[in-house]
Order: sequence, then C-alpha cells, then structure tokens
Amino acid sequence: MTTTQELLKGAADVFPDEVVTQAHVRHLDLPGGVGRFALITLDNGFDHTKPTTFGPQSLGELDAAIDQVEAEAAAGDIVGVGLTGKPFIFAVGADLKGVEVLKERSDAEAIGKGGHDVFKRLSHLAVPTFAYYNGAAMGGGVEVGLHCTYRTVSQAVPAFSLPEVFLGLVPGWGGCVLLPNLIGPERAVKVVIENSMNQNKQLRGAQVHELGIADALFEGADFLEQSLHWTAAVLSGQLAVERPEIDRGEAWDQAVAAGRAFADAKVHGAAPAAYRALDIIAAAKDGDLQAGFDAEDAALADLIMGGELRSGIYAFNLVQKRAKRPAGAPDKSLARPVTKVGVVGAGLMASQLALLFARRLEVPVVLTDIDQERVDKGVGYVHEEIDKLLLKGRVGQDKANRLKALVTGSLDKAAAFSDADFVIEAVFEEMGVKQKVFAEVEAVVPAHAILATNTSSLSVTEMASQLKHPERVVGFHFFNPVAVLPLLEIVRAEQTDDASLATAFAVAKQLKKTAVLVKDAPAFVVNRILTRFMGSVLGAIDEGTPVEVADRALAPLGLPMSPIVLLELVGPAVAHHVAGTLHEAFPERFGVSENLGRVVEAGKRGLYQPGTTDLDPEVAALFETGDTVLSEEQVRERALAAIAEEIDLMLKEGVVAEAQDVDLCLITGAGWPFHLGGITPYLDRAGVSERVRGAAFHAPGVASVPR
Amino acid sequence: MPRTARDVVFVDGVRTPFGKAGPKGIYHETRADDLVVKCIRELLRRNPDLPPERIDEVALAATTQIGDQGLTLGRTAGILAGLPQTVPGYSIDRMCAGAMTAVTTTAGSIAFGAYDVVVAGGVEHMGRHPMGEGVDPNPRFVSEKLVDQSAMFMGMTAENLHDRFPHLTKARADAYAVASQEKAAKAYANGRIQSDLVPVSVRRTNPEAGETGWGLATADEPMRPGTTLESLAGLKTPFRAHGRVTPGNAAGLNDGATASLLAAEDVARELELPVKMRLVSYSFAGVEPEVMGVGPVPSTEKALAQAGLSIGDIGLFEVNEAFAVQVLAFLDHFGIADDDPRVNQYGGAIAFGHPLASSGVRLMTQLARQFEEQPHVRYGLTTMCVGFGMGGTVIWENPHFEGAGK
Repeated sequence: MTTTQELLKGAADVFPDEVVTQAHVRHLDLPGGVGRFALITLDNGFDHTKPTTFGPQSLGELDAAIDQVEAEAAAGDIVGVGLTGKPFIFAVGADLKGVEVLKERSDAEAIGKGGHDVFKRLSHLAVPTFAYYNGAAMGGGVEVGLHCTYRTVSQAVPAFSLPEVFLGLVPGWGGCVLLPNLIGPERAVKVVIENSMNQNKQLRGAQVHELGIADALFEGADFLEQSLHWTAAVLSGQLAVERPEIDRGEAWDQAVAAGRAFADAKVHGAAPAAYRALDIIAAAKDGDLQAGFDAEDAALADLIMGGELRSGIYAFNLVQKRAKRPAGAPDKSLARPVTKVGVVGAGLMASQLALLFARRLEVPVVLTDIDQERVDKGVGYVHEEIDKLLLKGRVGQDKANRLKALVTGSLDKAAAFSDADFVIEAVFEEMGVKQKVFAEVEAVVPAHAILATNTSSLSVTEMASQLKHPERVVGFHFFNPVAVLPLLEIVRAEQTDDASLATAFAVAKQLKKTAVLVKDAPAFVVNRILTRFMGSVLGAIDEGTPVEVADRALAPLGLPMSPIVLLELVGPAVAHHVAGTLHEAFPERFGVSENLGRVVEAGKRGLYQPGTTDLDPEVAALFETGDTVLSEEQVRERALAAIAEEIDLMLKEGVVAEAQDVDLCLITGAGWPFHLGGITPYLDRAGVSERVRGAAFHAPGVASVPR
Repeated sequence: MPRTARDVVFVDGVRTPFGKAGPKGIYHETRADDLVVKCIRELLRRNPDLPPERIDEVALAATTQIGDQGLTLGRTAGILAGLPQTVPGYSIDRMCAGAMTAVTTTAGSIAFGAYDVVVAGGVEHMGRHPMGEGVDPNPRFVSEKLVDQSAMFMGMTAENLHDRFPHLTKARADAYAVASQEKAAKAYANGRIQSDLVPVSVRRTNPEAGETGWGLATADEPMRPGTTLESLAGLKTPFRAHGRVTPGNAAGLNDGATASLLAAEDVARELELPVKMRLVSYSFAGVEPEVMGVGPVPSTEKALAQAGLSIGDIGLFEVNEAFAVQVLAFLDHFGIADDDPRVNQYGGAIAFGHPLASSGVRLMTQLARQFEEQPHVRYGLTTMCVGFGMGGTVIWENPHFEGAGK
C-alpha cells in the first residue's frame, strides 16, 4: 500500500508548476488561560489576487503541518488545532491547472485519495480541530474545514461554494459525504447541486452560518480574535455547540430526488457530475464516511478522465481569462474617453441600451426618435426601470436620481449629439434606413465620435460605406435580454480604425460585457451558428420528420432549451428574417423554411401551444411537409455536422481568431453549457469534427485528456 | 443661559497588549488603525448596555498622523469598528499625552453638555511610524535658540534632567526600573493586567521573526521579568557617552493602542454603565523643552490647586515612566520616596512599554483597577511628561471610596 507521501510525491511529479500553499504552524495562548493552541495558516505567499489553492505539494505541506500538531496533541502540548487562511482568502480548492495536466486515471485517483488522506487526519487528532473561514472558501477549501470538529465563519466572507458540479466534478475531498451528514441532505443538495448549477452561485458568510455549515458567525473586524475566544469557550466547556439532528429517514431520499429533478431541468442528463454527486449523497445516508470517501475517489477519477470535466475547465478558462483579454483587440491605450452617449431610436432595444449605458458608464445618454411620443416612451421606460431598481434596493435614491437625470430624450439630433463621443443606432433592421441614420448622425457629431450599430445581420462595412469617415464605425451586437446575456460581438468593418475599435472594447469593458472581436461577416457568430443549426432541424421537419422528434433530437447535449423552444424565444419572425439574410449570403448551406414563413405570416409566436410542448394544431394545419422521416439520432447527426461545418468555414473565413472565441460566444451569448465547452470540444469528442472536417478543432489536452 | 457643569466619569478602558517596535515585534505586520479598532469593539462588547448610537464622539490620538494613523483616525476607526455612521470622530495630538488629552478634551465637552458619552483613546505604531517621521522643525528653533538642540531628542532631555538634579543618580534610576519590572510581573501573576487587554490577531510572514502565520497577541511583549541591577549596570547609554539613561531605565519603542469610554455621570447611571472613576480636575503645563521630563510637576501643582487638594490627599499615583529619572524628579519634588507603595503599583511603562499617544489611557485603566481594590483611597492621579516641554495631570476620585458619605 502506498503511503500518503508517496501518493502525493507521484502526483507532484506530474505537476511541477504548482503554486505551493504553505501550511504555517504557529502557537498561541488561548484567552482565559485555556491553554496552548496550534494555528495553521494556509498561505501561498501571494496577496489575495492569487488565491490559495491545493495541489499535490500543497497537500504535502499540510500533511507535514498535521504531523507536527498531531505529535503535539498526542504529547498533551496543545489543547486544540485551528486552520485559517491569509487575508481575504481561506482556500479556493484544488488547483485546476493540476487537474488539466492529469493523463492517467491512477494520477487522478491519487489526487482524490491524497486529499482525503490528508484532510481526514484533522478529524482524528487527540484534540479538537477548528476551521476559521476568514475569507473566500471554495471546493477543497470548504472541504478541508468540513473535516474539522468545529467551524466559524466571517460575516465578511463574500464567496463560499462547492463549485465542482459547475465545472464537471464532484466535491471529492469529503464534500459529498460530510456536508449532508453535517447539515442534512436537503441543504447539502442546495449547496452541492443547486448553487453550483445556478451559474456557480456563491454563499455569503451569514448564509454559511444559517445553513449550519459554520457553528458560529463573527464580524470581519476581529473575526480571528473572536473565533479564538469562542474556541477557548468551547474547549473550556463554557459553551456547548449544538447542531440539529439530521433526518435520516425518507427526507434523505426525497432531498436526493429533488436534486435529480433539478439536475434534469438543467442538463437533462447530459452531464454526469451532478448525478455522481447525488449518488454519493444518497449513499451517505448510512453515515459510513470511509465508504463515501472511496466513492468520491472513484467519481473524481472517472470525471477527471472524462470529456465533460475537461470541457468544463476549458469553458471556465474562457469565461475567466479569455473573456478578460479579448483576442485581437487593439492596444487599450488607443481608446478615447466616452463622456456622452447618443442612442438613435427609442424602441425597446434602444431603451434597454440607454439604461445599460447610463448605469455602467454614468454619463449622459440621449435618446432620439422621429416623434416626441416615441422619445417620451423610451425615456419613460428607462425611468421606470430605474424606479424598479430603486424598489428592489439595487440602487439608492441618490443614485436613482442621478441615473434618471442622465437619460434624456430629444428630437433634435444636432443639438443632442453635438458633444457625444459614442452614438449607437438601434433602428429598424434595414440597410437603407441605417445608412440614412448614420449619414444624419455623422453630420452633427464631433470628429472623434464613434458610430456603433446594434445590427444583428447587416453588413457593417456597407452601412459605413457612404460616410465621410467610415473608419469610425463599429458593430456592437448585444444579445437579448441585454441585461442578462454577457456577450457583446464587436464587429470590425473593413475600414474601422484601431482607435475606434479600442474605444469600443473599452466601452464594452465598462458595460461589463464579454466582448469578442468578430469580422464583418453575415450574422457574425452566434446567430450564424444558431441559424445554421435551426435550419438543419427545420429542414428535417420540412422533409417530414415530426416536430416532436426533431425537437427531441438535441436533448442528449443538455442545451438550455430545445430548438423549437429557442425558436419561440427568438421569435419566428426574427429567426425567419435572419435565415433569409444568411440564405442570401450562403444559399447552398442556409435554407429558408417555407413552413416557418407560413407560421410568421399567420402571426404565430411559436410552433407549440403556449406554455406546452404540444404542437399547435393551427400550426400543424399550416405545415406542408415531405415524407422523409428521420430518427432523432439522424436529426442530431445532421445538426451537429452542420454546426461543425459552419464553424470550420467561419474559422477559415477569419470571422473570429480561434475556435475558443466561437465557444466563448456560444457560452455567453446563447447559454450553451460548460460540459460541451461551448460546442467545439463536444464536436471533437463526439467524433463529429473528424468526420466533417477531417480533424479535431483542438489539440489533445485542450478541453480533453492530454496524451 | 445658565449652565451646570456635569460630573464626568471613566466608564471603562482597554488596551491592546503592547509590542516591541521593529521587524521582530508582534505588530510588525499589523496596521495601527486595526489596533485601535479592536479596542473600540472590545469596549462595546464589554458594555452591552451602551447603545452605540449614544456615543457622541470618538477622539483618537496619534503623534504621527500619516498613513494608517492618518485620515482623521477618530472618524475612520469609528466606521471600521462598526459604529453607526451618525457617530462623529476626530484625531488629536499632544505627543505622549495624546490619549490623555483625548480624555480631558472630551471630558471638558461632556461637562459643558456637548456630549453624553465618548470614546477617547490613542494609538502609536512606532514600528511603522518611528519618532520624528516626516517632521520638519522650523529652522527658527535653532537660529533664534528658541529651544536647545537636545529638546528634539527625548533621551537627551532625560540626560539633561540628571544634570539638573544631580542627586537623581543612575543608580536610583536603575533601582526604580528594576522595581517597575518586579511590580509588573507581580501584577501579571495576580491577573491585574490581563482583564483589560484586548487580544489581537497578528500575522507574521518573516520566518526570522519567529513562527509564521497567524498568531494572537495576549501579553505585553516588552516585559523583562527578572531584571536585576546587575543586568542593567552594563547597558549602553545611547544618548550621551558615559551618560545615565539606558534602554533599561527608560521605556522602549513600542506599538499599541488604548481606548476608553467616558460619560456624564447622570448618563452613566441612566444607562447603568459602570462608574470606575470620577474626574476631579485636569491640567497641562509647559516647561523648558530640554527638560521636558519635569513637566508633570507644574501640571500636577495646577491640577491640585484647581481641585483644592494637596499632594497628601492623593492615595494612588499612576506616573508614566518614559524615563525613570523623570518619575524620580516628580517624586522628589513632592517629597515622595522612590519606592512609595502608592506609586505605580502595577509597574509602569519601563516594563509594559510606551506607545506614545496611547499611554494616557493605560494609566487610567490601571488606576481604575486599583481604585476598585482599594476603597480606602479617595483620590488618585495620572500624570505624564510630554515632548517639547510639557506635562499633563488628571486627578480622579474613587467612586468605591467607603467614606464618601453621599
């Protein structure tokens, strides 16, 4: 049998670049003469911008620290052991870089087992152990504390979570087993499954205490002092820590079943992590911790060697890293300041944009339109939305006053835009109209002003072509709902200059949007892929495949919604319009569904009866279909092949820099899931890429197990 | 409008353990503002009957008011301590008598009726802010000989005091220092000090200074129990070759903070707050800057005169021990023996340390404990010398005095 040290040594050899977390042991006298105490501080030697993580060497450091305190505890030299973190950070779990490099299942097992072997020692010392969650705690950081006898948490903790399922793992260093045994299965499912699958929702310190994860809650100003004071009271018997009894009856099974239903609603069985976690939680009912830890080790190893987790880490890195440094963006020093914004149009989209610009840029925003009524309606909408923010407590009264005062309307573009630095149009989606608007605006704005368009499918180059200064035009394509979806496709037209583009990226950053640079190509990225994909599904329907069959075809991917539901969300009219545009550009690949045309003409909002997935009989009556009936699998194969082909062509055309940008767009603009890595990692691992384009999109090791 | 001055009482006082300034000191990686914030929070915890919004002022002293001791510390520390935003605050400076002045100034305002309850205290992190940091003395001090050059250096003023009073020898100063260490060690052994200390979490990242990671400061770091005359005899005299002032018979360079709660007596009774001492009088006085250590003599004379008391009425003395010779000069003036049991019963700054602007409240906290234990004593005083030739004295009445006859 290998020792923990050998296990960790082997794992460390695989991951030489680890930022090692030290486990410093320092002794102190507890208040009130309670005795000598050993406090372990986890610290990687950097400030809070580089949070403390656990890799194999870090686990080895903690193991060595526990060796020391174990001996001291056995010798009666100390009355207790504590564990805390550097300022602002407790520990944020396993180092993902260390997971990415793992090639062999045995290495993956070593990481799981190594963590267990070290952490569980904290529950077997001769003295009680205490975790003091002083700052951000995630994953293994949370778990190391769960092995301690007691826990306190700071009210200042902004982020506390078990994000493993979000990434494609299970909390595998005791989380799945210890948490339900500590706080009950229902609450454990909330933390492990629900929060994780709700875009990795974080708990705050007070919630950690309310949930019963921590036994005591103290304010940040003297958190450690009060935790040690509390420790002294517990150790001296002045304070008895009470925890509620866990219901190990039917409630346990019900909680797990509710978790499964939640996971089904999110990923439709398409990603294994949540289900593996739930299996372990279900089994933890009998309280056999070691059996649970073994199950965690097995689940970790399986998941680490699986494509879903690799895609999850890839997607996480896209969102966390690539999104912050957009590929191809010009030097940000070229950006010009934006101190006033103009919005042409005062419809719903324009009003949403006005609200966003006012909130994020905090500069004057002027809406213009063709008549006073429309202008008033647009400004009125923004003011109402600000009032809603005020009611919800999202902004204070002063801020609401400020924001309202920032957003005004005008019929006079010359007066309104004469000192604007950035004007965006959101008028009717027709080239002639947009060109006219830009010409009017160019006549009145300062020479440096950027002209942006929110077009979803028109050529930005053509839109700029009749201007005196086409170099100042950029595409600024938002996704609906603007306040929810992070993606912003920034379109570089043929003549767009670097300063204008840099300004667009700077504005996007201020708007807190995920900006991706795209070429001026029809429908850019997200709409092009979605339309191609939708066209493939609609094509199958047109040929004779029943709507329900075609709509179910993509279910194994676990997309946020089925194609027909998506169609309903986008609106048949918009989808049909975009399809038309793309058909013009690429008639050989993008069809136009006559059936959809009839649905639009009939004024239908979707194919299903409202709120159901039953085909609307009126829609059914409109349909004229062939008699080729495809199976779900055939529809899926066609759709995936279509997507793979389209992405391949887009990369060849240079629409975006790399496949990574396509995936970032799909994740942030269409909500495509982490376990697909957007889509290209999935296409690679499903063999679609190889079949369609003769090669995978990514080298082995990128979103997959390295060879 | 006719006014009635109100009685002012000392409700409570706490302090951090004092640390040694410098890279190996316990507070080397701890901010000054955090030290005083922890004191304010401890005061609130110890006095749960006090609604925080009843605090009318936070007056905090620091000598070097820059960096983490700047930014109007009284206000910022109040916010950091979690006091309601309605509670104002300010910073105050009278060098070593900073916290004492915070107490007397706010006490005067309480008596006047401007405040009901205040927080008064001080902090000095001499490791982060060495004495004289950022000072820019006016050249006229030298060119016009307004003060002697030695006035800027406290150790030199102590040597000057030995010159002025030749009978206050180094031997007497050393004997006094040894006794201070002995008394402090005894007070610790008897648990007299610890109950007013606020434990402070301290981080250390430099392994040369000791175990790294988070620790907890629970006791004064400068103490040297077991100090003997022999161990002091060989120490260097850094302020003058063959001089008399040594690190052994003077307070060191220290980090620490204090805070106290003061209230109008009627308000303290209304809120059922403890009354540990009642303010009788206070006074500050100036002397020649080059012998600043003699400052407590005229300030005490003035405070006694204001109170209509004589030195014989004072049953307990808390004299700050910046330098042993300066305490001896005070005692000598009033005809009190070097080892008079009424003086500094728990020891003094030579043992505990003297983080400049914080020390005044330490004297008061210790006097309050002694009042509690000695109800036969009616009056006590706290006094200290101040840089640039000043002294400050506060006379207190013991509310536990058995013969008060109220």
